[in-house]
Amino acid sequence: MNNNLIKVFLNGLIKENPTFVLLLGMCPTLGTTSSALNGMSMGLATMFVLICSNAAISALKNLIPDMVRIPCFIVVIATFVTVVQMAMEAYVPALYASLGLFIPLIVVNCIVLGRAEAFAAKNSVISSAFDGLGIGLGFTLGLTCLGAVRELLGTGKLFGLTLMPDSYGSLVFVLAPGGFIALGYLIAIVNKMKK
Amino acid sequence: MLNPIILEGSKMEKLKSTLPNMLLSLTVICIVASAVLASVNQLTAGPIAASKAASLEAAVKEVVPEFDNKPTEEAYMAATSDGDSLKIYPAKKDGELVGVAVESSTQKGFSGEIKVVVGFDVEGKLLNYSVQQHSETPGLGSKMQEWFRTDKNNQSVIGRTLTADGLKVTKDGGDVDAITAATISSRAFLDAINRAYSAYKSADMISAATSNNNEKGGNDHE
Repeated sequence: MNNNLIKVFLNGLIKENPTFVLLLGMCPTLGTTSSALNGMSMGLATMFVLICSNAAISALKNLIPDMVRIPCFIVVIATFVTVVQMAMEAYVPALYASLGLFIPLIVVNCIVLGRAEAFAAKNSVISSAFDGLGIGLGFTLGLTCLGAVRELLGTGKLFGLTLMPDSYGSLVFVLAPGGFIALGYLIAIVNKMKK
Repeated sequence: MLNPIILEGSKMEKLKSTLPNMLLSLTVICIVASAVLASVNQLTAGPIAASKAASLEAAVKEVVPEFDNKPTEEAYMAATSDGDSLKIYPAKKDGELVGVAVESSTQKGFSGEIKVVVGFDVEGKLLNYSVQQHSETPGLGSKMQEWFRTDKNNQSVIGRTLTADGLKVTKDGGDVDAITAATISSRAFLDAINRAYSAYKSADMISAATSNNNEKGGNDHE
């Protein structure tokens, strides 16, 4: 059983990493990774929602008739997202200001609904929570890597610490095109390593 | 009809998709969700309001000279030349007006609203500003918090005395250097400053009128 849980966890973190392997949730991935810190915070917020919604949906799965499962899942997910949003606005207003629009958008993040449908609706509460943890950490890892690469190449900083002189850095990596370029190369590297 | 039971084995049976079942489960889930949200909202409403007030207070403190009153409690609205009205926070020391902070905003940003708190002294000189909220491009427009206070070429707006014409970037025939590669953000920023000045100007007239009244004896204006 424990072995199984670890397997579920690692599956989300590495084998089915949502950013580099499944290529899910690309909108927040490209939108929030202009710095490593933003990427990491977005990943952690998504992870919290994933764990809670996976566990809740798994617990409720027998009480939800099949034909209305999608609206039910969305209500559950939206509730957790709104909780995260309100908590962030109250206790970390600076972070809330920089992530802004992307927090409510977690509701429609296909990773969250995808895991609810593909995993939580069929498995036990505990393994669903572990699946949420694994996928969530995998997403956080992906976003942090991408954010770090973009921040370093774009501004010469890492987590806000200046590593390179001011004149260094090509702005394109902070902008959307650089996000695509960096993501493409990261996926290529991951694919190469997997072979 | 026995199939589902055989397939599910010992597991608890899933609710069938009949109309009453569907109505019931969606309704119950929605009620529970709204209860959760209502209680979280009650928990966080206080801290959210407090953190907003704190950041506004910090901004006001940053942009006006030292004061000993409570500007956020004495705030009033003043009209701008374009028909809008902005909030003015008067800063007083020993009862004397030493400057005002204007909470200004503009919709002309490159991506969304820009909110700036601008401080003027009693002569209309721009003392300082603090960008409260913006969604400009990181690395370009987002430099505004630093750019317009850096004393280099004609970048800085600090210490300028504004006129009714307002500040303009050099590209539009003005004398403020725009942020490199972010002219739209710079224009929007200056628009927020100009709106602040216009509100300041109209407030100036009101307060002049009020203080005249006060001298005559009435003290019911604030």
